[in-house]
Amino acid sequence: MEHQHFSPEVTFHAHHDTKETVRKIIRTTIVLSVITIIELVLGYVIFFMHKNPDHSTGLVLFIKGVIVILSLLKAFYIVSVFMHLGDEVKNLIMTIVVPLLLFIWFITAFLWDGNSYKDLRNTYDRHHKEQMNEKVTTPAPAGHDAHGGGEKLH
Amino acid sequence: MAQAVPVNTKWWSGGKSPFNVEYGKLMMWYFLMSDAFTFGAFLIAYGTVRMSSNGWPDPNEVFQSAPFLGDGLPLVFVSLMTFILIVSSVTMVLAVHEGHLMNRKGVAKWLVWTIVGGIAFLGCQAWEWTHLYHAGAWWGKIPVFEGSHFLNANGSQPTTNFSNFFFTITGFHGFHVFSGVVINIIMLIMTLQGKFDQRGHYLMIEKAGLYWHFVDLVWVFVFLCFYLL
Repeated sequence: MEHQHFSPEVTFHAHHDTKETVRKIIRTTIVLSVITIIELVLGYVIFFMHKNPDHSTGLVLFIKGVIVILSLLKAFYIVSVFMHLGDEVKNLIMTIVVPLLLFIWFITAFLWDGNSYKDLRNTYDRHHKEQMNEKVTTPAPAGHDAHGGGEKLH
Repeated sequence: MAQAVPVNTKWWSGGKSPFNVEYGKLMMWYFLMSDAFTFGAFLIAYGTVRMSSNGWPDPNEVFQSAPFLGDGLPLVFVSLMTFILIVSSVTMVLAVHEGHLMNRKGVAKWLVWTIVGGIAFLGCQAWEWTHLYHAGAWWGKIPVFEGSHFLNANGSQPTTNFSNFFFTITGFHGFHVFSGVVINIIMLIMTLQGKFDQRGHYLMIEKAGLYWHFVDLVWVFVFLCFYLL
């Protein structure tokens, strides 16, 4: 098979073994599909737990944590295999991955701050807190059935 | 297929690129990194607002319809969308792989399938947006009445934060899918014209592929934040 001519920036060329590459793609596809299916199953577990009014909030949070980790695993496979970052030299991997580590702090700091704002508001704004316990009793507008409308169009 | 790089290579001594990739590909990586921060900022803003709210709509209530199948089916339609995007990502990898082998027909074939996948995804998204719009949700609008699916999980009054973030973030992602499809169509035309054979390499397909995989990567997190959590 004819091979590509690369630009001068590339000092060391990758060798592409067709069989090995295709096998790796198929394996990764299966891994991504299986992880997605597990995520969906866990999503349904949460859905059915919510049907029970006194479900354990801690357990739901734990399942959600598992789903987050599974998503990160999917992201790793997409970037490392499909985007071939795993096959690049270490310098390139580092120049992309290290700046993204900032996300760890961004997520921690912002979610923490959001939670703190909620607590402050609930402490000092009584109305805001009580509003939370008022169920909506406005009747559905004409033309809407109890299931949120819309589907009649389809 | 990793590169065989000698152990004592002096990457920073000059005379060669320390990243060992073509300029355009390196710049594509940096662009994608900046785009990751844009999406990250959107999703973190969503997370912050959600954390600061006393109540939030239950995604399994809001997203529970599928075309032809009706209601009461949480996660069904969105999992179809997720699989469409995963499969189109796989066909894109195969196009890139055929490019390494300088196989014009193979590249064209897999690019066509990738474009089909992208268009299918956009079609699904158009259906979902239309459905939610007719249910009364839009930017600045959320249907509030007894029994509405958009109420907070405990039945209290929701704010429009939910619909604003949903339409903004899925819209921004959909715009990326759309531009990815356009880029792939341009790549397909250039492939069929034999442009890459003249150049002696299919690096453009690799760069378009990086962009397309990034779109899939972002969907992993949009799917996570809006539908699963």
